[in-house]
Amino acid sequence: MSTDKSAVTIYVFGKQYEVPRNLTILTAMEHLGYRLLRGCGCRSGFCGACATVYRIHGDFRLRTGLACQTPVRSGMVFSMLPFHPATKARYDIKNLTPDINSLTRYYPEIMRCLQCNSCSRACPQDLSVIDIMAAAMRGDIANAADLSFDCIMCGLCATRCPAEIVQYNVAILTRRLYGTQIAPKSKHLQKRLGEIRAGRYDDELAKLVKMSTAELTKLYNSREIEAGEA
Amino acid sequence: MASEQTKQWRTVISYSEDMRRSIDKVTANRMERMKQSFPKLTPEEKKQLLTKFHPDYKPGTTRKLIVGANRGEPVVNELGDIVESYSRINPEKTDLSRTDIETGVLIIGGGGAGAAAALAAQEEGARVLLCTKLRFGDANTMMAQGGIQAADKENDSPASHYLDVMGGGGYTNIPGLVQTLVKDAPSVVEWLEDLGMMFDKEADGTFVTMHGGGTSRKRMHAARDYTGAEIMRTLRDEVINRDIQVIEFSPAIELLTDAEGNCVGAILLNMETNEFVFVKAKTIILATGGSGRLHVQGFPTTNHYGATGDGLPLAYRAGAKLAFVDTIQYHPTGVAFPELISGLLITEKMRSLGSQLVNIDGERFVNELETRDAVASAIIRECQERGKGVRTPEGLVGVWLDTPLIDILRGPDRTLRLAPAMVRQFKRFGIDITKDPILVYATQHYQNGGVLIDEDGRTNVRNLHVAGEVAGGIHGRNRLMGNSLLDILVFGRRAGKDAAKRSRTAQGGKPTLEHVVRFHKELKKAAVSTDRHSPIILPDYRSKEAKIELEAFAVRGWE
Repeated sequence: MSTDKSAVTIYVFGKQYEVPRNLTILTAMEHLGYRLLRGCGCRSGFCGACATVYRIHGDFRLRTGLACQTPVRSGMVFSMLPFHPATKARYDIKNLTPDINSLTRYYPEIMRCLQCNSCSRACPQDLSVIDIMAAAMRGDIANAADLSFDCIMCGLCATRCPAEIVQYNVAILTRRLYGTQIAPKSKHLQKRLGEIRAGRYDDELAKLVKMSTAELTKLYNSREIEAGEA
Repeated sequence: MASEQTKQWRTVISYSEDMRRSIDKVTANRMERMKQSFPKLTPEEKKQLLTKFHPDYKPGTTRKLIVGANRGEPVVNELGDIVESYSRINPEKTDLSRTDIETGVLIIGGGGAGAAAALAAQEEGARVLLCTKLRFGDANTMMAQGGIQAADKENDSPASHYLDVMGGGGYTNIPGLVQTLVKDAPSVVEWLEDLGMMFDKEADGTFVTMHGGGTSRKRMHAARDYTGAEIMRTLRDEVINRDIQVIEFSPAIELLTDAEGNCVGAILLNMETNEFVFVKAKTIILATGGSGRLHVQGFPTTNHYGATGDGLPLAYRAGAKLAFVDTIQYHPTGVAFPELISGLLITEKMRSLGSQLVNIDGERFVNELETRDAVASAIIRECQERGKGVRTPEGLVGVWLDTPLIDILRGPDRTLRLAPAMVRQFKRFGIDITKDPILVYATQHYQNGGVLIDEDGRTNVRNLHVAGEVAGGIHGRNRLMGNSLLDILVFGRRAGKDAAKRSRTAQGGKPTLEHVVRFHKELKKAAVSTDRHSPIILPDYRSKEAKIELEAFAVRGWE
């Protein structure tokens, strides 16, 4: 497939292999004969199953990434971290207040945050996890929810946190608090639900359900389309 | 994205010089092209386009089923191979006197439909067990980006939604299922709002809604371009909060039936220990998802690792009727460059937001908001018949999705705000989609058909419900964008509620594998090769060299 077949040397869990250059960490492992069970989910960067830590020979830094989104490089030594034993509070979201008390009640350890930024450096989504934690400590639920929205809960931040905070579980609590209790409710949705409950569309739908294909086709082809893109 | 300073080590993958020359043409006519509308296909043009270029119509890619409830009906070859297949369980050697777990409702599958069913069944008072092949939430739901449809705005109505769904499906959809889908849609959005899902909203709570391909009203509700992920993680969080029992890495590999053919449980396989788990249940909900990882006709896929269509053979062997298994949805815009992520989903939302599709010369060739079957076919035509595709150095071919238009049309940083996942996906490889277009081609996306259900997710097998992508009938021969996230929740909740109600009175008999014995006899009579086993469970992406060695030593297990 590739025009560049030149191999690179990688170290899977420390063990040396040669693989073609045009692979990700994930596909390189498969190429070598690994059949993944843990450490592989959506293969698209959305599910956080394939959190991986790696170093490049000659560099002291420990780097992080998603195995499905990280191309292999020469001298790459890596290990997958497909599971992190995290604390996950059980709560009834509707009975909580959207403030600092709800956060500290379930995750008091957030107050141990050192603002060291290790979490942000580990985040494969490039989120500013340090700011999410700062917002959480201030009880700024809306901000924490907004800043953490693109979190895929891979767990890499938590593995690096010296204060042993599970940032991604704190973050989902802030998002659900925001969604249930801060975000404005939609009025047009409530109106439509009332109409549906009152049976306003029943006759029209019943008529459509019984319609012949020819009649439906005619109706479909002549339907008015709301102006917009394309 | 404050921490990018620290991540400059990432590998940059640049467009080739040939691709750059084509991009120059795309850039040169962008401002003029932006203002032009492209005519929609006439019904006749659309029919011709589909017949000639849609992969469903390619000769030799479907066949007739020779055994089971749908004998004589057409099926996509790859789906036929998994349903006309022997069990991984040998019925003669299996001790069925054993029960490891007894529950009220057993839910097989931990995606959006399974999670919704679990919550609904528990609310109805049932004891619920959810088992899943990978982690809870490893599912196509997690990867759905664009949005969820619901007719809840003033200028819209469930009737308009109904018409769009039927037209999109080629008028083949089962009317009662579509009626249920569109009528329940607003209540599903309300349910998600109540669970704390963060939708894109205006300051007064009005939902930000957009068009999708084939919609007559802007009714796509979104959560940036992480809509499915936001739904999945919210439902998952709630299931965990309610202490519903979840068993991960343990797919069902066979259903259990009683002497009368009622479904009474399932055999799970703990893939990490190779242990079987015998589950007896009053009612069973199959929510195993789609089948992109079967790579129909060799297409790449947008689907998650476990999307191997496992529910189809389980249900079929138990006697369930299938519907629309002769059609697959190809998403028009899968990644064609960089090759490392080829086949991955570029959400239709990019087109809803104003991105245009253009060929190697920067010319449009289809209205971007045609239905998916039509847009995918038009892209295939542009590349194959007209030779107007762009070739990558790796030998893939595609057309441009002109994403820089979004910021030009909607203002600076709007792409980043409305489609952060897409910006991030390409930024990882050094491509800025707000400056350069991206190369796309059709990719296997969705199983249009599946196990035939009614409005409560019931099948023709007593006490076996089905919900989610594994179900068939709702979308006919082509699903519209935003109706899958909707259907998994509409029918997941309905199936959960109905299965819970039924579980109070269901009196299943002794578990047997009689249905498997019968099915195996049929297969042997029809001379189906005994090498064929299902469910597939996981695709095998090991290199040929690695596989050959393994075959030679005949290693067995879940592999």
